[in-house]
Amino acid sequence: MNAPYSSAYIGQSVKRKEDQRFLTGGGTYTDDVAVANQTHAYFLRSPHAHAKIKNIDLAKAHVAPGVVAIFTGADLATAKVGGLPCGWLITDVNGQPMKEPPHPCLAQGKVRHVGDQVAVVIAETLNQAKDAAALIEVDYEALPAIVNAADARKPGVAVVHDGVNDNTCYVWSIGTQDTVDKAFASAKHVTTLEFANNRLIPNAIEPRAALAQYARGDDSYTLHVTSQNPHVERLLMTAFVLGLPEHKVRVIAPDVGGGFGSKIYLYAEETVITWASRRVNRPIKWTCERAESFLTDAHGRDHVTKAELALDKNGKFLAMRVHTTANMGAYLSTFASCIPTILYATLLAGQYTTPAIYCEVTAVFTNTAPVDAYRGAGRPEATYVVERLVETAAREMGISPAELRRRNFITQFPYQTPVALCYDIGNYDATLTAAMKLADVAGFEARRKQAADRGKLRGLGYSTYIEACGLAPSNIAGALGARAGLFEAGEIRFHPTGSVTVFTGSHSHGQGHETTFAQVVADKLGIPVENVDVVHGDTGRIPFGMGTYGSRSIAVGGSAIMKAIDKIIAKGKKIAAHLLESTDDNIEFRGGVFTVTGTDRKKTIAEVAFAAYVPHNYPLDKLEPGLNETAFYDPTNFTYPAGSHICEVEIDPQTGVTKVVNFTAVDDFGNVINPMIVEGQVHGGLAQGIGQALLEGCVYDTESGQLLTGSYMDYAMPRADDLPSFKVDTKVTACTHNPLGVKGCGEAGAIGAPAAVINAITDALGVKDIAMPATSEKVWRALNSKGKKAK
Amino acid sequence: MTLSISLTVNGKAVTADVDPRTLLAQLLREQLQLTGTHIGCDTAQCGACTVHLDGRAVKACNILAVQAQGANVTTIEGISEPNGDLHPMQAAFREHHGLQCGFCTPGMVMNAIELVQKHPNPSEDTVRAGIEGNLCRCTGYHNIVKAIIAGAAGMKG
Repeated sequence: MNAPYSSAYIGQSVKRKEDQRFLTGGGTYTDDVAVANQTHAYFLRSPHAHAKIKNIDLAKAHVAPGVVAIFTGADLATAKVGGLPCGWLITDVNGQPMKEPPHPCLAQGKVRHVGDQVAVVIAETLNQAKDAAALIEVDYEALPAIVNAADARKPGVAVVHDGVNDNTCYVWSIGTQDTVDKAFASAKHVTTLEFANNRLIPNAIEPRAALAQYARGDDSYTLHVTSQNPHVERLLMTAFVLGLPEHKVRVIAPDVGGGFGSKIYLYAEETVITWASRRVNRPIKWTCERAESFLTDAHGRDHVTKAELALDKNGKFLAMRVHTTANMGAYLSTFASCIPTILYATLLAGQYTTPAIYCEVTAVFTNTAPVDAYRGAGRPEATYVVERLVETAAREMGISPAELRRRNFITQFPYQTPVALCYDIGNYDATLTAAMKLADVAGFEARRKQAADRGKLRGLGYSTYIEACGLAPSNIAGALGARAGLFEAGEIRFHPTGSVTVFTGSHSHGQGHETTFAQVVADKLGIPVENVDVVHGDTGRIPFGMGTYGSRSIAVGGSAIMKAIDKIIAKGKKIAAHLLESTDDNIEFRGGVFTVTGTDRKKTIAEVAFAAYVPHNYPLDKLEPGLNETAFYDPTNFTYPAGSHICEVEIDPQTGVTKVVNFTAVDDFGNVINPMIVEGQVHGGLAQGIGQALLEGCVYDTESGQLLTGSYMDYAMPRADDLPSFKVDTKVTACTHNPLGVKGCGEAGAIGAPAAVINAITDALGVKDIAMPATSEKVWRALNSKGKKAK
Repeated sequence: MTLSISLTVNGKAVTADVDPRTLLAQLLREQLQLTGTHIGCDTAQCGACTVHLDGRAVKACNILAVQAQGANVTTIEGISEPNGDLHPMQAAFREHHGLQCGFCTPGMVMNAIELVQKHPNPSEDTVRAGIEGNLCRCTGYHNIVKAIIAGAAGMKG
């Protein structure tokens, strides 16, 4: 079942179906949707990081031109609109549930971060809404703010939520502390690092947006919204916040301009305008401005960690000990609680046989925007811990970094790690060897010398990462605290003339599912790929699906489609048997044709589909007409993509400017459906990973709690001239437990790259550590403080 | 207060009544329904709204609609052949997978066309420097750079 495919479409770089509309301005993003009679919403936001709201005076705003309605937290409380829920319950070290303070859609008496929603103005035009919002008089009593995770539990700091006096959401752990401590006591060498995993702002180029329409005729709602998972959005909004019947709300996530995690969550704005659309009985449009996006999109990462690795005299890893404090921000976003726990600590084995691991995670509230999954979500943070430790240990022990990794690679599968996961398959030496060849590691010392002759410093760094993708076996996720299933749905609908529409619960916001999923279906059903269209992102059209995040689409969504294909073929055999006057078990299906075994009697699948819809000659007594099958797939394990990234940097010691001169990634994603698309996913992930390492860092002022990196002038997004062209390749060990043998590829670049970059910079500088983002200023300071010490 | 303006958009004469603070990008999107021009930021940094104004690539969020009085504006909707055939730059983006979510794409393509008009044989460095004002979060720019170099060849016909 897992042999590599040699087939018509799978494995081919088929050009993307979606490109025609995107290239001609024909895409339909949420803000492109305009309806008759629509109004415009503008949210008044807190200018303070932390303040009591003593009074809100709406009198002047209410009479401003064009105002339709203004709502505040008091209106939502009166209407019994609930707070935004968290989808994952973490149980702490004492067996107690995490602290879940309310997350109101509009502030209730207090604001807890700059940008917190205070009121919504609905007006005939956006400018009128903004003008009226400027007339709202809010009487704030400013309070001290706390923004840094490392300080959040110190005595005397601001308390973000009443009743959570130590700002602690939970303290959680995995592994056996005693065993790990004993291993450390007997170790020949211990490597210790303390660092932050810098806070990032996702910055999909399409800002969040929503259009809510209420239809009084049937008491129903239609919400267009920038979402990665429209059914999850609907479920959370209807069942937990608005108390609406689920079948009365249709959520459409049309073309979505990038997500990277930030569009998974249920946000206040779309919830408020959905509720308000009934109150004003008119459509309401809201589009986030970039400045608001910086303040209110869920951020990523923001860990402070002490990590230790114990080794024996031969460099074998004996144990790892990790203590992390994770910033949750002011409120728990939809999946915030599981990111620094379930998706982080379980990855600390990396690609290695480390026998004992202990990790303790303290999650804290601060007066900052909520933090949740951002491309990689926990796994980049874990990889950074592991790969920085391993590289540092190699340097400290005088063993080559590649050799130290090889001594500790897992080589026998399945492999049960000490941190819950069971890896089904992999070949870590294969990806490392291939990456070293592609990166020309053998020629590095010569390049380093040449650079030195030019007055430049060169460094080389590795990162051999693993990730757990294909989220997730629902029963395991449930046991770990998930408040939702994590299956996926797929439907194959043959039309009478032989073309096919595929309905998937996965959502594409750049990943190219309309092409890759069509390739799978066309390949397996033996029909031209042009005859297959893929529909996603509309709860009114698709079966209940869980959406796209965690590199799950092909592994889980693709598997659901494969199950539906199996059902189509099984039914097709029955129909063909009737048409060919044979029996089901004598029918073979291959290349789109049903054949009676050992004969030349055959029917194409198009003929079978036609017979199913025009059932004149059809076994109606035994079989329903039609050829339309739906399947739900729940995975039995996570998938484990893994690979080797090698970064080579060149630093100008005069200025500290660091250039990534070579970046090589050899990844094992299992079987690959479309190599062109997979490479594109790797490129994008690498840019985000290199961005984290060199450029991007969200900064709040520690006194005022103001966001200092609140625009593209202040937050350094990777631009084309910051990045090199990448060298990428793949090796294949097919996933053992899903029908396509696929693992997922969307996050790998962002997971592996940061450690490779920092390992390269520290190699070039000859320092143990440098903080991310390693800006030219930090690099220059590292060089100069080092120089001073040498004197 | 509204002002009446006249301009040419994708070869057609148009007139519109606009609030004086209306941006060219808003005029195109909201009044002319040319929603291929996207708005990704509020500081003229992301470039998703790039259009051609009298032949020059400009960020349509950084110019008032009234400033386009009498101008000749071309948007992403205006560069394909009348029969639907893609412009060579559009075709190159498709061929080289120079787009993923598609949101930055219209601005990126419009800027790329002007870049190639100025630099008919651009090097990789020229392309990277030339699109520095257009942000893409999906592609890591790798395939965009390839596409623009290929598009330059395609534009020679």
